[in-house]
Amino acid sequence: MSDLAVDFDDIQGLVRFGHSKLTDCSFYLLNIHDAAAARAWLASAPVSNAVQLDDAPQAALQVAFTSVGLQALGVGADVLAGFSDEFLNSMVGEENRSRRLGDVGTNDPQHWSWGGPGKIPHLIVMLYARPGRLAAWTQTVQGAKWDTAFEVVAFLPTSNTVGFEPFGFADGLSQPALDWQRQRDPHGDRLTYSNLVALGEFLLGYPNEYGRYTDRPLLDPWSPAASLLAMAEDVPAKCDLGRNGTYLVFRQLQQDVNGFWRFVDQQANSNPQAREALAESMVGRKLNGDPLVPLLSQAIEGVDATDGSQNQFTFDSDPGGTKCPIGAHIRRANPRNADIPGDVKGLVSWLLHTFGLGSKKFRYDVLASTRFHRVLRRGRQFGAVVPPEHAKQPGYPIPGERGIYFLAINANISRQFEFVQGAWVMSTKFNAMTEESDPLLGNRSAIPGCAFTNTFSLPQESGLRTRITGMPQFVTVRGGAYFFLPGLRALQYLAALDR
Amino acid sequence: MTPQANFMVAAPVAAGRIDDLRHLLATMNVAPAIVDPANALVPFGQFEHLHFARFVVMEDSTLNDITAFGLPRVDYPTYLTFLGDFDGGADAVWSELVQRAGNGLRQVFSYCDGFSASTDLLAWMKSHNVSPVAYYFNWVGRTVVQVKEENALRLALESFLQDNASSLHSMQPSQIHKTLRSFVSTEQQAGRLKLSLAAPTPLGWQFRNLIHLVGVPFLLLVLAPFLLLYLPIFLFQLRRRELSDPDIAPRIDPAHAHHLAVQEDLDVTNQFNAFGSVKPGLFRQWLLMFLLWIINYTARHIYTRGRLARVSTIHAARWVFLDNKKRMLFASNYDGSLEGYMDDFINKVGFGLNIAFSNGIAYPRTNWLVLDGSKNEQKFKYVLRRHQLPTDAWYKAYPGLTAHDLERNTLIRQGLENAAMSDTEIKGWLQLF
Repeated sequence: MSDLAVDFDDIQGLVRFGHSKLTDCSFYLLNIHDAAAARAWLASAPVSNAVQLDDAPQAALQVAFTSVGLQALGVGADVLAGFSDEFLNSMVGEENRSRRLGDVGTNDPQHWSWGGPGKIPHLIVMLYARPGRLAAWTQTVQGAKWDTAFEVVAFLPTSNTVGFEPFGFADGLSQPALDWQRQRDPHGDRLTYSNLVALGEFLLGYPNEYGRYTDRPLLDPWSPAASLLAMAEDVPAKCDLGRNGTYLVFRQLQQDVNGFWRFVDQQANSNPQAREALAESMVGRKLNGDPLVPLLSQAIEGVDATDGSQNQFTFDSDPGGTKCPIGAHIRRANPRNADIPGDVKGLVSWLLHTFGLGSKKFRYDVLASTRFHRVLRRGRQFGAVVPPEHAKQPGYPIPGERGIYFLAINANISRQFEFVQGAWVMSTKFNAMTEESDPLLGNRSAIPGCAFTNTFSLPQESGLRTRITGMPQFVTVRGGAYFFLPGLRALQYLAALDR
Repeated sequence: MTPQANFMVAAPVAAGRIDDLRHLLATMNVAPAIVDPANALVPFGQFEHLHFARFVVMEDSTLNDITAFGLPRVDYPTYLTFLGDFDGGADAVWSELVQRAGNGLRQVFSYCDGFSASTDLLAWMKSHNVSPVAYYFNWVGRTVVQVKEENALRLALESFLQDNASSLHSMQPSQIHKTLRSFVSTEQQAGRLKLSLAAPTPLGWQFRNLIHLVGVPFLLLVLAPFLLLYLPIFLFQLRRRELSDPDIAPRIDPAHAHHLAVQEDLDVTNQFNAFGSVKPGLFRQWLLMFLLWIINYTARHIYTRGRLARVSTIHAARWVFLDNKKRMLFASNYDGSLEGYMDDFINKVGFGLNIAFSNGIAYPRTNWLVLDGSKNEQKFKYVLRRHQLPTDAWYKAYPGLTAHDLERNTLIRQGLENAAMSDTEIKGWLQLF
């Protein structure tokens, strides 16, 4: 076993697997009622690790804590202070954060059904099982201590869907590939888009895309229970509470399926083909998940044969956005660019680009480099399932609420999730555009100096764009929180805390 | 073309009056640090030529850092600074300030040492003006009037395009161009749109600019043999310091972070001040002066069209020495949120950041002046945040507009006014909408 080998039995399975075979799933948002009982429950909880089995297990359990939850469990202030500012501050702790995340207007945390100010749950227990086995698994997991230990803040059942999100689009197609082999050297400028990302972007305790270890709590070996932890790779004298753990961003996003299709139908004068084409332009993929831009002939690092047919592309072939609009959802969420845009060949060209003396074209080199802003998605859905063929019929009766539980894993919430959400998805100025935000997720709120942000531009080959105006809001935030998803040793450390 | 210029009035705040001054400055605001353009103290909205302005009470919480070099703390004064970026000559701005905001400014400056009821405001401001050692303006020559006219032009064109979409989409590019030109000319005749002609470039400015353009390289050429001879010694001196200078990068105090956060992201543009001490000794001071001299040259002659190296989100930025070059202020107006601004800096101009800031105390360790430093991402972000000062009152003449918006609007106007474009050029121009 080399020094670089990754300890899969110390990592929660969710980091490596989406548990797609475990179709039955529910989440408990809990408050700690009795810390001793909670620790006792945690000590024996069958939390799933990331070891690859021949076949998926029958069931899985993942556990993650908010900062108030860690406090309630007995983590001391000095240890807690080692976590990141945004985790400590919480998703709703600062109005500035809500502004950046687009959590204003109807998305305001004041209106959330859970997770709003003063309503942050302590922990989340995530249960996954094969069909029909969830009830039994829940009982097994809860055990004797559950009722004494916890108070249920919210029970979030999920609906079993087969790869389609509620609007009817194939979902979860593009994920970063993690460099489990730890062979990637992140230093220097990357001149091509890569989907292979340093482990430290998704796990604490490993080098990130800057070749640095993201800050996390490092404990003195003599501090209580610290001996249960692994030593820090970068600071060998310290015990690493973050090692093999990461942050989990959870947002409950309610989708107005009828509203979405009614709007595109009206824009398309009820022409079914035009309606679908417009919806696909907004997403940036066809309903079946195929990209709107052509696939590349050469392979992309980190895009393997299994997802190549839908992910072997960048937007370099479509700088004007005539195939896939510049503001399309997938182009905002992952612009698939390199560190330096354009064709850099040789030292002179590299120097020119580095000093900003490359192309002078409008929109050239405007975007941040993608590799520092990736997240791993592990979302599930809620609400009764609507088959895609019904979803896209405007006016088809769809009672009840539905949407997705957006779950994202990242080691640095502010540089990864918050950046993608704030600077790209919700920004009304993304990629030198104006007056529009994400066609799916945008909150359409006016901003000072800009009376409207509810447009969507479809660049055309002929030159003159088509602009959709008056887009309503299709997605509303109903809840959310930042969690710490500890490694398994760290869970045992937490279970052993005794104040 | 009307070039841009800047002012920064700096004066020590009288002992014990900082809090009262902050309260007074806050009365100008409608939101944290965002001024009401019509406020009673300085009605910024009346100033036709003012792009940005701000008042900052510069309380430096990092004065103890010098003790890490084994030197005693120096209690520098706390300054009130008043910064502005404007079009045209300084004399016009000074007299406009006195004329439109004389009473308000007198009230504000009365909190400063040595300012009394009998002080001549104009002379006092001029004598307390501190020039930057390096200054960047996003698009040299683009005036506030132009920004506003061009934005109105784009909005009018956008709604015309929207209202006439079906007929325009059936036209050839040249026909669309002609139609838009005639629409705009009708609007101009009706007085609904105005596109003022650029004023002639002042001769004195052109002359000074030319002298600077050739003078700096000439001087460098003359100095080159000496600099080359000095290089090995320089590298030795630099490395010795780089290997021993302390990093001071503690985690951010939550109260400080909150104080900064409440006043950020209220507009698409944010204000930014970073303030700190230059590392002790003449080596660092001279090195910094030399590097900023070069940066200033590039900003003045090369980066004059929307980009400072690869960064296209800065509207205006300046580096200013204070206290006999012992402390430095960096002040800027940038688009987006601070996290993105810092990422842009680190990933796009990390080397530039290192040369400009690594001579400041606390900066993460650099190697050979340009390497590492800011690439130590988290440490760099802690250092920057720690040295950031909240602004007390901030004015931006065109809320809601980013530097990219301004560039697009200018390009739209240029294309509109160009009657001789080919079909391909018109197509490219239409893609700006």
